[in-house]
Parts: sequence; C-alpha cells; structure tokens
Amino acid sequence: MQTKAVLRWVVLVVLWMATLQVSPAVAAADATTLEQAVILLQSKKFSDKSEAIKLLVEYGNPAVKGVLLALLESQLYHQQADQRLVIATPKEGGELFHDALSGEPLLAVTQEQLKKIAINNAMRSEIRSALAIMDLRHPEASTRLAAVTQMLDRPDADNAALLRPLLDKEEDSRVSEMMTMVIALANLLSEDRQLRKEAVETLDGSLHPAIRNGLVTLQQSTSDKAFAATISRVVANIDSKLQFYSFLENLFFGLSLGSVLVLAAIGLAITFGVMGVINMAHGELIMIGAYTTYAIQLLMPNQIGLSVVVAIPAAFLISGLVGIAIERGVIRFLYGRSLETLLATFGISLILQQTVRSIFSPLNRSVATPEWMSGAWEINSALSLTFNRLYIIIFCLLVFAALFVVLKRTTLGLQVRAVAQNRAMARAMGVRSEWVDAMTFGLGSGIAGIAGVALSQLTNVGPNLGQAYIIDSFMVVVFGGVGNLWGTLVSGMTLGVANKFLEPWAGAVLAKILVLLFIILFIQKRPRGLFPQQGRAAEG
Amino acid sequence: MKKMVLKNLVLSAAFAAAGICSTGAALAADTIKVGILHSLSGTMAISETTLKDTMLMLIEEQNKKGGLLGKKLEAVVVDPASNWPLFAEKARELLSQHQVAAIFGNWTSVSRKSVLPVVEELNGLLFYPVQYEGEESSKNVFYTGAAPNQQAIPAVDYLMNDIGVKRWVLAGTDYVYPRTTNKILEAYLKAKGVADKDIMINYTPFGHSDWQSIVSDIKKFGKAGMKTAVVSTINGDANVPFYKELGNQGVSAEEIPVVAFSVGEEELSGIDTKPLVGHLAAWNYFMSVEADANSQFIAAWKKFIKSDKRVTNDPMEAHYIGFNMWVKAVEKAGTTDSTAVQDAIIGIAVPNLTGGLSAMMPNHHITKPVLIGEIQGDGQFQVVWQTSGLVAGDAWSDFLPGSKDLISDWRAPLSCGNYNVKTGKCSGQNYE
Repeated sequence: MQTKAVLRWVVLVVLWMATLQVSPAVAAADATTLEQAVILLQSKKFSDKSEAIKLLVEYGNPAVKGVLLALLESQLYHQQADQRLVIATPKEGGELFHDALSGEPLLAVTQEQLKKIAINNAMRSEIRSALAIMDLRHPEASTRLAAVTQMLDRPDADNAALLRPLLDKEEDSRVSEMMTMVIALANLLSEDRQLRKEAVETLDGSLHPAIRNGLVTLQQSTSDKAFAATISRVVANIDSKLQFYSFLENLFFGLSLGSVLVLAAIGLAITFGVMGVINMAHGELIMIGAYTTYAIQLLMPNQIGLSVVVAIPAAFLISGLVGIAIERGVIRFLYGRSLETLLATFGISLILQQTVRSIFSPLNRSVATPEWMSGAWEINSALSLTFNRLYIIIFCLLVFAALFVVLKRTTLGLQVRAVAQNRAMARAMGVRSEWVDAMTFGLGSGIAGIAGVALSQLTNVGPNLGQAYIIDSFMVVVFGGVGNLWGTLVSGMTLGVANKFLEPWAGAVLAKILVLLFIILFIQKRPRGLFPQQGRAAEG
Repeated sequence: MKKMVLKNLVLSAAFAAAGICSTGAALAADTIKVGILHSLSGTMAISETTLKDTMLMLIEEQNKKGGLLGKKLEAVVVDPASNWPLFAEKARELLSQHQVAAIFGNWTSVSRKSVLPVVEELNGLLFYPVQYEGEESSKNVFYTGAAPNQQAIPAVDYLMNDIGVKRWVLAGTDYVYPRTTNKILEAYLKAKGVADKDIMINYTPFGHSDWQSIVSDIKKFGKAGMKTAVVSTINGDANVPFYKELGNQGVSAEEIPVVAFSVGEEELSGIDTKPLVGHLAAWNYFMSVEADANSQFIAAWKKFIKSDKRVTNDPMEAHYIGFNMWVKAVEKAGTTDSTAVQDAIIGIAVPNLTGGLSAMMPNHHITKPVLIGEIQGDGQFQVVWQTSGLVAGDAWSDFLPGSKDLISDWRAPLSCGNYNVKTGKCSGQNYE
C-alpha cells in the first residue's frame, strides 16, 4: 500500500517537474485540480482530505508546499463563508492570517470565521513523505539529509531511482553517504545477485534499524548458503555494535537518574546529614522550588529560556526562606528529639501540600520547557542523548561543586562544620550556633528549591511532587553515609546506574525493590553508609 | 443607653439566628439529599475535584427546573481525602447520618471496592462515573463509565484494522485496572492471532517519572519492521513525563502511536501538547464533539466554574448521564426509595452529550458510543473513528477464562450480578 502510494507521488513529482515548463493550457487544467483539492480539503471525511493532499502534490505549485506545511502544523483553516484557505501564523498576542494560495495578508479575518482543517496520523505521514521528496533538492544540507533519512524507512526501487541521479551532484558527504545507504538498501531486494552482494558489503556496520531489518529479511529468504553466512556475519557485526551503544545508553540513563537523585538528596544531606534533623518536609521544599519556576514563567511568558535561569536563584531564595521559617518556627524547639521532629515536619509537609492545593488548585501546572532543552543529541542512529537529561547531569555537578565550595571555603561553611562537630565548643569559640543552624537549614532548603527547578523540567509540577522524592532522598543520604557530601554524590550515581541496569532485566517495579533490598542489606553490614564520618564527632 | 443598644443587638441577633435555624430545619425536611463522595484533597484531588463541581452544577440546574418530586435537591459534599478506607467511612456517614438518596462518587477502583460493602449493607445507590476494569456487578452500584469492551477492545480493533498494527506494547501502572485490562487485551490479541513475541507488557509504579529506559525499549521494540502501537493504561500523573520522554527521544505518533485510556482533556490541560499531536485516546466523549447537548453543557460548565479555560471530560459526561438517569428513575418510581429506584432505572434512556441516547442495561452498565480521538496542539481531541452504534457495557469479560460464563441481570426473576450460565448458579457477590 505504502510503496504504491510513494510510487504514485514519484510519478506525480516527475510530472510536476515536467509541467513546470509547459504551456498555460495545462496550467488551466491544473487550476481545476487545485479547486477540487481545496473543496476536498474542507470535507469532514479523512479519505477526502487524503485525496486532496494527493491532488495538491500533483498540482505542485510552490505555494502548495506552504499549504502542506501549514496543514502539518495545524495552522491551516478554511473560511466558512467563501471556502478560502487561510494560514494562521502565531504572533505576539494573537495570530496573523493570510491567504494560503496567494499569500496576501487578510487583515479583516477573525478567528470566529475560520474553521481548522484537522488531519490524522496517516495524512501526516503522507504529507511528510511528499515534503521529503520535494526537499531532496533543498539548498540546506541538513534538510536534504532529513529527507533522505526518511526514505530509509520505505526502501524501494523508485526511491533509489530518484536518488541515483542526485547522488553524483551531492556535495555534502553525510547526505551522499545516506543516499548510498538508501540505494544499497533498495538493492538488497534487487534481482541481480552481484548487486545484492555489493549492497550487503556497503551496509556492513551501519546502525540504522531499517538496514538491520532489511538484512535479516534477506538472510531468511536467500537460498544461497554462503551468501546467508556473509549476511549473518554482517548482522552479527551490527549487533555487537548495537550492544555496545545500548550499554552506553544505559549508562547515560543511569547517570541521569542518579543526578536527579543527587539533586533531590543533596539538600537533605545538609539538613539531615550535617544537622541531624529528619526533615519530612524536604520534598515539599522541592515542590516549592518547582512552583517558583511556574510562577516565574507566568511573569515572563515570552522568555521561557530565560525564565528557567531566573528561577534558579529565585527558587533558592524562596525555598531557603521557607526553610528558615520552618527551622525558627518549629524545629529549633525540637533539637535532640528526633521522633518529635519527624512527626512535626511530616505535619508541615501536609500543611504545605494543602496550601499549594488551595493557592494553585489541585491540578498539575504546566511548566514549559525551553527550546534548547527539548529533543536529543543524535550521536548515531543507535545512540542519542536527550538534551534535558544532559543538562540536568551538568547542572547537578555544578550545584554539587558550588555547595562543596561553600562548605569548604567560606566562613559560613567553616561555622557549619564546627557546629556540626561540636556545638558546645563552637559556641565557646564565639560561633552564634542558633544563627548557624538557621543558615544551614536555609542552605539545605534552598538547594532543595533548586532541585525543584530541575524537576519541573522532567516531571509533573503538582502538590504531590515532593512525596515522590522524599523516600529516594533519604535512601541516597543514608546509603552514602550521613554527613558526607561525596558520599551523597557517589551513592546517588550508584543507585541511579544500578537501577537502570536492573530495569531492562527486571522491570521498573522489581528494579526499585531490588535496589531497596540491596540498601537494607548494605546498611546491615555497614550501618554508617559508604563513607562513614570519622573521628569523635561521629560517636556523639 | 449603650448597654440597651447592645442588649437589643444581641436579642435581634438571637432572633435572626433562630429564624435561620428554623428555615434551615424546614428546608432539610423538604429536600432530597444527594451525596457527593469525591476526594478534595490528597493524590486523587487532581481528578475528583472537577467531578464534585460537575455534580454541584447538575444539582443546581435541576433545582432551577423545579427540583425533583416537588422538592429541592441538596448536595452533601464529603471529602474522603484519597484515603481508601476513609471512602467506606464517609459512604456510611452519607447513608446513615445524612440519609442521602443516592451517592455520586469514587474514582479509583480500590476506593469503589472499599465502598461496595457499605452501600450493599445499607442498600444505598452509588453512581460510579469512571472507566474501569469490569468484572463486577452490584445491585447497588450503577457503572456509568466504560467497561473494557466500551473502551479498550474497540481501541485495539481500530489500531488493528485501520492502522494495521502488528506489534503491541501494553504499558500500564501497576495496579488493578491496568492489570485486568491488559489481561483481557492480551487474551483478545492472542485470540486474533498475535504471537507472544509481538506483545510486550510493561508495568511501572504509581507516579513513575523516569521513563528513559522504557521509552528506549519501546523504540527498539518498534524498530523491528512491523507497525507498532502502545496501548497505555498508565495512570494520569505519570503520563506527562512519559509523553515528554517520547517527544524527546523522537518517537512520533506516526511511527508508534500511543492510545491511552486514562488521558483526557483535563490531564492534557496541564501540559504542552505540541509534542503529543497525533497520539490517541479512546473515550465515550470528547469535549470537541459537535452536538447541541454538548455545546450547551460546555457553556453551562464554563459559566458555573467561572472560567473560560476549564475543559470538560468523559467522567463528567458519565455523571451527567448518571444523574439524569437517577432523576428520571426517581420520577418514574415516584419515590427516592432505593429498591424502587433500582427497579425503575433499568431501561431508562437519557440523552448523552454526543448526540445520542444512553440506556441503563439490566447489568447496571450503560450503552455508549466509543470514540477514538487524536490529540491536537491545543489540548483537544479530534475524533478520527467511532463505533457505528452504541456499545452496551459488559460486566464480565468474554475473554477471561473465569468470567466468560457469567452474566449479570438485576431484573426479577434472575436478580443476580454473576449468574453462571454453565452451572446455572448465582455465586453471590463474592465471585473471585
């Protein structure tokens, strides 16, 4: 079915190229094609619209490309009064309308007079293949590459025939390489044995799944044993490469999960690790950070990228202030009574959740992702790293480094460590321990807020955001060794990677259970975690 | 002088208070109470708060039309706080303390299972508005949401016949509704000749947010050269990171469409839907359906909730149908007595919001059209396929070995929720 459709387009495109230089009489005939297409496009039936797309491609005027693109982006409307096709392009504070075919701006048109032309998935892929064929001669190499890559999924002799003349003229090496692949893949199905053999050699080592599928199909259908053995050697070669990349991919997934865990836990490593406060409201401080991101985006709706950057210090401040308020208001009365602290902070976490529900509604809020954080960095067709995860790994390491510097190189850090090691002695040396307590708690809470900014890019921003991370955070801190920042980093990354390597094998639910079991056993053996605190302070 | 004024004030205030009390008491005697049992706090508040508001709107509208049996309706709202045992307690409070005529409520199956013994013991009426896994039929419960044959099975049919899907990923959250639905779907697919190696089943914990490996697995599974689709019973919240990851890893709806049973307009209103365009959902109602009843309902809802941005969704329609059925049944029976209403309601048909009539079947499920919609850039759905007629809800799946012999018919003389046609026995409510 699909090959047939593609064949039809190929013919149509070739026809169109021919009509470019023909007489007005033909053009007039085409005008009726266009009229017909415009009418069909406004039908309610998807089959009619699909027919309209074919007619549009057949008509082949350059304006058609704009119409098809608008259709794909769901920006194509029709005017109910006179059946004119209208393209709407978004601009600040509204939309700009212009006639789809002539391109003249329509200033008097309003949204109410228009009706959107809806399309479905089948039509989307039809439009994409039609556009790909049009894009083969695009001046931009990357566009040509995308167009050729799309053909990989539909290998057939017609596509190959279309590419062959273009191959010689192609200047960009990546595009010509991809063209060679498409032609070779089509050649796998050729009658000519020699051609098939050459194609297999060309395709050796290529990682694209369509190529592996093509090779496997050929191997199963061929009767020539020696040839089949050659193919299976090539396939094995591809498989070993794929395995290597899938290992790298898993490692990346693990590190990215690990960095999320570290981000969520590192604030806790300070409040719980250094101060010894079991803060059940830690998750809600993360949530406040995420809501800060949302609020900042509301304030700067047109600068999504900048708003995320601004949200980092803002979330630090707001979560930090809330943290200080919690410390001054509740926790300072409960030092040394860990059970009461646990219950009190649990109560605070419920209060904070319900407060957010009352202010922002119980519904999840939508936090936009900046353009530079969506999509993936495609290294090859077997390995691509998603940008949002990549940035979060980098961000996590930066936050860790900054925190490390604060604790090891600043006066505040010195005082924090002094109070943590020996409160009485620190006070005797003139450290205002109460002030240090508040600042430390504020610092830990602020870092939680920063984690919230990062999480707002990955998951739902809603009142329950914090609950999802509180258990994981404690797990990371306890496993890493209470009071040790390096421990938190190493344990977070270890747990992340372990989880991701277990997941494909055991499933998400079981992987989590196994990791938890492992931690329980580990704590039995080494109750102070990976990096236990040394010295007398640890005994206290 | 000053003292006098104060005294007068106190006296008049007391009179006023007494006046309010007495009218209040008079009102209470003249009203029919309707219980609303939806979580307004906790995890499920995200979905259930809207349903509480829907019920308040429906009750207000009914009162404007003159109430029911000459009396005004009075809503009794309780908050079970997403806490399953608390659902049972609150249901008991509604039935025995407030004496409500009917309860509209619950979202999750586990909360329904918790309320079930209470409504059966006190002979109450419960209208349950959410799509669920089936395998249940109670004398006291009316299931106005979709059973699996009104949502999952038609969706799979659409993918198989219209899209030509050959490989299947059944992905769900790890709890009763996805597990049962996937069991039914797996049996159904195998009956249609799909091989074991072409079905991948995956469960994730509640609120799962790290979808990297799973999406990467789905991607690899879909690259085997045969058309692949994901049938998702992933629960509300976890969907956002799931779809985000799909978008980031470059899995488009044209390559691997995802059809979801728990993603509606409300869930989409929390996310940027541009990367999701073309993914599918199966429901019995979409906000975008063009019907007069629907546009009236949407206008009324926006006015009631005082926001132009709020959307309507499938469970809201289920409450709309359920409430109107109950009103009609009470009018037919002439009383709110639950046994009389149970008898009267079977066979009652009321308009649904997609331009047809939905009827209550003897198995306490209703007839509905099944629609498949594609997600659009504006967070709405575009209907791409629908069943030619209405589908009657099936309490007991025909594709599960234990339940295919069971039928449910609450009319006399059978009056049984799980009659085994092979053994000829009614096994009572405790079928397992």
